Amino acid sequence: MTKVGVVLFPGSNCEQDVLEAVRRLGAEGELLWHGDATVDGVDAVVVPGGFAHGDYLRPGAIARFSPVMDAVTRFAAEGGPVVGICNGFQVLTEAGLLPGALSKNRGLTFRCEMTSLRVDSRKSALTEAVDEGTILRVPINHFEGNYQCDPATLATLRDEDRIVLRYVDNPNGSVDDIAGICSADGNVVGLMPHPERASHPLLGSEDGNRLLTSLLGAAARLAVSSPLG
Amino acid sequence: MTFEAFVEVRRHPGIADPEGATIERALPTLGFTGVSGVSVGKAFRLTVEAEDLEAARTTVAALAERILANPVLEEVRVSLSEVAPA
Repeated sequence: MTKVGVVLFPGSNCEQDVLEAVRRLGAEGELLWHGDATVDGVDAVVVPGGFAHGDYLRPGAIARFSPVMDAVTRFAAEGGPVVGICNGFQVLTEAGLLPGALSKNRGLTFRCEMTSLRVDSRKSALTEAVDEGTILRVPINHFEGNYQCDPATLATLRDEDRIVLRYVDNPNGSVDDIAGICSADGNVVGLMPHPERASHPLLGSEDGNRLLTSLLGAAARLAVSSPLG
Repeated sequence: MTFEAFVEVRRHPGIADPEGATIERALPTLGFTGVSGVSVGKAFRLTVEAEDLEAARTTVAALAERILANPVLEEVRVSLSEVAPA
């Protein structure tokens, strides 16, 4: 059974939601403690939302130095799928696993609402099973989701087809309406919207399941082709 | 030797600074006119033990780049002064 590890920092608050969502999709889920320098043989890693280490200094600035992040970085370097959601995206950019940074929202407002996302690339583990052009309804919940990078980085992301999700109606001022990007190999993905909060009819949308199903598929395929330690 | 370091972290020129812009827009409503270029950053004070001023500067610059600032968005300015022995 595909096993998903969900990183738990002090201050994470979406880890149980991610575990519930992946278990409902038939995967096994386990928590990865921030102080342990291992990903425990999982097939995919999710860095969940929340306020790791209280977001002190900057979101993700302290969390990136956690022992578990060394293991996550190694796992990513070996091709393992790693998805950072919201605060997890901020952690991955601070850790240098993804380029750019998440700045305060345009208008200085905390945005907590349903958004429409367009899948613009199937290059990533999170979107490989969803057709380009598909519109997904997935909620956001953040103050610092305004994706910024220098023009050269943006050109690279575009040229390499690494902007995987764009907002239909940009809620936070992100450059090029970016909601999610991936690494050059597509196995590391970061996005501000919360797929796990769109995983059941009672939540108002099940579209997040399409992204998580894609992730589980990528994890299962990679686990078969090259078992990761 | 003991040095007191003052680290200023601020936005790279050209990176949007919504906090600074919001403050700047509020100033005229309070009657302050002719003020522009408002930017918001962070400041840190540290006490450093080092061989000499250059060693202290190297340490503080390195830790500032590594953790105090996000180089994608921010730049760092370090000032140092020796603390006279008590």
